Amino acid sequence: MADHSEHVVRASLYWLVWAILIVATFLTAWVATVDLGAFNTVVALFIATCKASIVVLIFMGVKYTHEKMTRPILVGAVFWLLILLILSLADYSSRYAG
Amino acid sequence: MATAAVTTERKNYLNAEYGIRSWLLTTDHKRIALLYLLSITLFFFIGGFFALLIRLELLTPAGDLLTADMYNKAFTMHGQIMVFFFLIPSIPAVLGNFLIPMMIGAKDLAFPRINLLSWYIYVAAGVLYIYCLATGGVDTGWTFYTPYSSMFSNTHVVEAGLAIFIVGFSSILTGLNFVVTVHRMRAPGLTWSRLPLFVWSHYATSIIMLLGTPVIAITLVLVVLERTLNLGIFDPARGGDPVLFQHLFWFYSHPAVYIMILPSMAVMSEIIPCFSRKRVFGYTFVAMSSIAIAAIGFIVWAHHMFVAGISLYSALVFSCLSFLVAVPSAIKVFNWTATMYKGSVSFSTPMLYAMGFIGLFTIGGLTGLFLATLGVDVHVHDTYFVIAHFHYVMVGGAVMGYLGGMHFWWPKISGRMYPEGWGRLAAVVVFIGFNLTFFPQFIVGYLGMPRRYWQYPPEYQVYNVLSTAGASILAVGYLLPMVYLLWSLRYGKIAPDNPWQATGLEWRTASPPPTFNFDETPEVTWEAYEYDKMPLPEEVTLER
Amino acid sequence: MSDRAGIGETPLAVEHEERPELRHHFADVEQQRNAATLGMWWFLGTEIMFFGGMFCAYLVYRRWYFPEFAASSRSLDLIVGTLNTAVLICSSLTVAMSVRAAQLGRRTLQVKLLLATIFFGLVFLGVKAYEWNNKYKEHHIPTFSFSANDLIKENQKLFGLDQLQNDPAKLQERKAEIQRRSQIFFSLYFALTGMHAIHMVIGVGLFGVITWMAYKGRFTPEYHTPLEIAGLYWHFVDIVWIYLFPLLYLIDRRPGA
Repeated sequence: MADHSEHVVRASLYWLVWAILIVATFLTAWVATVDLGAFNTVVALFIATCKASIVVLIFMGVKYTHEKMTRPILVGAVFWLLILLILSLADYSSRYAG
Repeated sequence: MATAAVTTERKNYLNAEYGIRSWLLTTDHKRIALLYLLSITLFFFIGGFFALLIRLELLTPAGDLLTADMYNKAFTMHGQIMVFFFLIPSIPAVLGNFLIPMMIGAKDLAFPRINLLSWYIYVAAGVLYIYCLATGGVDTGWTFYTPYSSMFSNTHVVEAGLAIFIVGFSSILTGLNFVVTVHRMRAPGLTWSRLPLFVWSHYATSIIMLLGTPVIAITLVLVVLERTLNLGIFDPARGGDPVLFQHLFWFYSHPAVYIMILPSMAVMSEIIPCFSRKRVFGYTFVAMSSIAIAAIGFIVWAHHMFVAGISLYSALVFSCLSFLVAVPSAIKVFNWTATMYKGSVSFSTPMLYAMGFIGLFTIGGLTGLFLATLGVDVHVHDTYFVIAHFHYVMVGGAVMGYLGGMHFWWPKISGRMYPEGWGRLAAVVVFIGFNLTFFPQFIVGYLGMPRRYWQYPPEYQVYNVLSTAGASILAVGYLLPMVYLLWSLRYGKIAPDNPWQATGLEWRTASPPPTFNFDETPEVTWEAYEYDKMPLPEEVTLER
Repeated sequence: MSDRAGIGETPLAVEHEERPELRHHFADVEQQRNAATLGMWWFLGTEIMFFGGMFCAYLVYRRWYFPEFAASSRSLDLIVGTLNTAVLICSSLTVAMSVRAAQLGRRTLQVKLLLATIFFGLVFLGVKAYEWNNKYKEHHIPTFSFSANDLIKENQKLFGLDQLQNDPAKLQERKAEIQRRSQIFFSLYFALTGMHAIHMVIGVGLFGVITWMAYKGRFTPEYHTPLEIAGLYWHFVDIVWIYLFPLLYLIDRRPGA
């Protein structure tokens, strides 16, 4: 009954992703207590983005999907979010902060 | 006049089933479109009633008809009802709902039950808003500016905010349905470059609905929480920033203007080629300009906030970005004009509305450039100049498109022809009434009359009298179609399948269409707007 | 990235008459499934913007009131927060595995994994309730007898209070300011975690229905679209938390800062 092209992922890959996510969670909590100066926030957001990316790619199956629109929608929505954040913050960072 | 022809009618979506249940539980996109038509018409009249109160109050300089508080409520509820309950759902939820599946050769939208759900959400929000209205209304201005809305107003801000929060979901679900339908349900052979421009414009509109609406939803939730739980996020007395509210509000509410105008442009792109008997000029440019308007519309919002205390640098950037929207808008106007050039133009009712649209939208759009200019905006901000500008876009643009579209597709929707003579008369009355109402407001605004006041200095009276007189004419212009369209349901001529000899797929099925739109799924091998290959419409339909 | 197979090349065209899940207006199950997942992806795009408005407010105030945000963030329980993140990650694993079980047609495994998902979801919500209750005890719920006194006591240096000891008027003013600004943090904390929790509650309800459908054997290797799109939703809610965790709990945990 292979009438559709859905990709069945190996269970071991899901376990691997899970392990990475758990390790990254503890890593991000630990690294926050190390003094990296301004880089603490950068590292925290970097780890969060890595975690989010593998959830999207593996758990949500974007890596395997044949749906051509998924990636544009995802990139588009994140881009739209950045429009909101960057243009609003551009105002705040170029005026006197009360 | 009892000449209503008795024909052996074939089954169509109107007579397929009878009874109230068959309407309230329908998943047929055409029936849902009619449900929407009824509900938005109701709100149009409620909103219109408040417009009437405003214009009557402003007839004289003294505050004699309404108290200041009542006036505040009148313009607030006029704005909120017209924007959120009429203009935003008007063309998409009625004409878009009815036509998109037919234009792409589908049996229905991708999610028919979600489509019905969106109407029920709309109704729930509408009931809540009417409750708010009946228990005393709201006076914050349609914009809900904080901290007035969150701290000081003693009116029903929570109910109004929640109603608009809820109605947003109806809009999101409609947009979701359209986008997925356009992606997934097109008939064989109907490639993106063969899509009618109506569909392109609605696709762009849907993107705005999907990516903009949630932002205002969460913003209104925060205002409601601020009122009920005293949060203080937008309250300057407690370290909050009211300008942040304006950022979040306009991030949606500026693109919302394009939710109103893009569907109207969609209608124009169908009417103008049809009544010029020509291919639309520059198909790709018109299609892409819709997408460009949707995208650029999201990066201009702070031009509503030039005097609200945003940084000068940010204001400069937003001023420049705002000019960008003029480019795709102008592309559309020039291409429609070029479509009419050397076409065999017939001045039928829809075409009269379309030509009215081009004129009014041009004025509305160009005065928008005045307002986007930082220096000019500081002078005319919050004056009647702004009021006149956005009414030229939202009424002169969106409502003209809505009425034009209603006439154009009325034969398809109802299976009857409207009386052409009355139609043309109404179109002209609307055009005259509209200009008489709003053009004086440009002048009085430029002279310095601020918006949202119930009294004004006597030297502004002549403009306000002109405006109120125009509003009366406009009201007649809006009532006329109501009357003769209803009349035509019973006494109008039976409409042929394709009275205008138009090219769209929706004209290749019966009028009114069967429940599943087409007897068999059409296969498209042609481009949109091949008017050079279509015969001229028969004389009978262009009753002179 | 190959396109989906044409209708004519698959046995679907022959088969679709017999499929109860196929709704009348779709040509085939493949089209129906693609429409549903596409719709969910667009909806998730909408959800990104929904949380985006609050993230925008968060960023603005975090820039303005960094010391207060850092101190308030430190008052959240790091260990509980970390473990709760892990719980949510476990639930995402069970969701992914249950979709896989559906693909392989293993019904019992599927139901077990779905029940595990609901369990993890409820644990997360329970822990969240525990944390909120702690905040209540610490007088950290905005406007409900909110008090930043504990924050002030623990963060004298961060707030620059040690330099104001000789000027009681300024000291009082600064303390009132800290009170107001940390209240903004907690307003956003409750708005963000509250909105996330509402999404979790909806998710648990959704998975209740999905589990029942799985138990009834509605899902086959060919058709398990409801499970699939509910799974997408669940993973999305997980991702929101993946960002909320560092943004709320880890603003500044450096020792001695």
